[in-house]
Amino acid sequence: MSALLDFYAKHSRLIDQIGVNAILALSLSVSLQAGQLALAQAAFMGIAAYVSTILAVNAHWPLFATIAVAVLASTVVAALLAYPVRRLRGVFLAIATIGFGEIVRVVANNLSITGGAEGISSIPNDATTPVIYGALVLVGLTLFVLSRTKFALAVALVREDEYAARGVGVDVGTIRTLSLALGGAIAGLGGALYAHASFFITPTDFGFQRMEQILVWCVVGGVTSPLGALLGATVLSILPEAIRFLADYREITNGVILLAVILFAPGGLSSLWRRGTIRVRV
Amino acid sequence: MIAQQLLNGLFLGAVYALFAVGYTLVFGVLDILNLAHAAIFTAAAFAAFSLAAAGVPLPLAFLGAAVLAGIMGILLDRVAFAPLRARNAGTLVPLISSIGVAIIIGAILRGIYGVDERHFTVGGLDTAPVIRLGPLTFTTVELTIFLAAIVLMLVLSWILRATTLGRRIRAVAEDRVAAALLGVDLERTIAATFFIASSLGGAAGVLTGLEYNSVTLDMGGPIELKGLAVIILGGMGSVTGAVIGGFILGAVETLAIAYGLSAWRDAVLFGVMFLLLVARPTGLFGKRALRAA
Repeated sequence: MSALLDFYAKHSRLIDQIGVNAILALSLSVSLQAGQLALAQAAFMGIAAYVSTILAVNAHWPLFATIAVAVLASTVVAALLAYPVRRLRGVFLAIATIGFGEIVRVVANNLSITGGAEGISSIPNDATTPVIYGALVLVGLTLFVLSRTKFALAVALVREDEYAARGVGVDVGTIRTLSLALGGAIAGLGGALYAHASFFITPTDFGFQRMEQILVWCVVGGVTSPLGALLGATVLSILPEAIRFLADYREITNGVILLAVILFAPGGLSSLWRRGTIRVRV
Repeated sequence: MIAQQLLNGLFLGAVYALFAVGYTLVFGVLDILNLAHAAIFTAAAFAAFSLAAAGVPLPLAFLGAAVLAGIMGILLDRVAFAPLRARNAGTLVPLISSIGVAIIIGAILRGIYGVDERHFTVGGLDTAPVIRLGPLTFTTVELTIFLAAIVLMLVLSWILRATTLGRRIRAVAEDRVAAALLGVDLERTIAATFFIASSLGGAAGVLTGLEYNSVTLDMGGPIELKGLAVIILGGMGSVTGAVIGGFILGAVETLAIAYGLSAWRDAVLFGVMFLLLVARPTGLFGKRALRAA
């Protein structure tokens, strides 16, 4: 037991990061499962992080109240974003949502309430490990319950063949809006927790690089299931720490692993589990 | 004052356009978004810096770096895109593998050069003669950069319009399967496309480095996303559109700075891009304009 506590004391920061990262990866996996390459997760995350931080720092709201309002805000923004992009698919949807993310970042950079480029500091560090993992379990349970409903069936149908989905009476627009909003809600939860697990936040925390990172977690883990997102976020969060001895080669290793997974394990790490072997196809 | 700003916008826009034509060429031919384009842009700038530091005259260092960037483009295709093409992997996966290559290139550059900013010490960039033309002032360096970008874009336009290779590239862009049936060697044509696109991106990197006489690891960051906006403005896959988009961006940026709106500049840029995508997903000049390039 004390060995376990020592381990926790030594790695608590990393453990918290893994939990937050897993929530963020899950949020993107929701829209990827609906076949939407919507890359605004970092923006939803940022919106919630700022809302929650401002309520905590300026208005001294308790943690859970700030999280609730923050998640509401990111959900509403995500649902509203779904409307203008409803006709965009594939790369065009990706670019439009990347553009949206940049707009959010520039706005955060220029408003006084968000502290401009310096961001906001001295955020109460009250997102403890139990809070973060409680949230992760909540998200996991929600996604699990949803996966047993007709909603999941409709989502899968929209992903596989939008026209067939329309043909059997699925309201494609509503499914897309709901999955984007759900992704926005989960990203918002991740963002609020991220803020409360850091001492300060700045607009660059929620820029395109963050978005790339979340996307990489999902793809490396496997986009076909939420488990892939979970696995990808966990493995890639631990990896930089685990290969610290490689010092100068750390970054390059990240790139190589990413490429290797894409080339040799197209379904992501989670697919290796099921297949048992790595089939090399180049 | 406004004439001077527009001239500055023209200089800036030429480099944006050069970057964007390579970006859009790959999209037009392969329908993939190459997020390693900006990494090659940066790598070429460093290569030119090293060549110049080793005593190679600037024009030769420029050409050498552009050729090197072209070769990197071919390698990029072989490593990150060709295997995926072979199994019809869709649009998401190539986008990610290009991020992987971008990370690797960035890590290698950091390993070689560290994080410090580099300056070209030869060629007298900072003491270049100033030309005054009525109310306009500019340096010979700015003029040379502008002319180099224009010449390269004209060469690209000539290749696409008047050579066999250009016809093959346009055929592959139009319909890959039909082109293959007609005897076009797909892989070689795609390799050539990557060489051209990446050498132009690399050239844009060198010119950007010369323009500000500064080469940094993160110099590719802003242009990566702005380049996206430019090719959307011009219509993805349209080379002419990318050139026009580049000049529009250059003008808008310098005017925004002149009128004190620089803080909101990028929000406006991406806002316009967003609205354009929503209203007209194929951009101002249509998607398949590569045919008529």
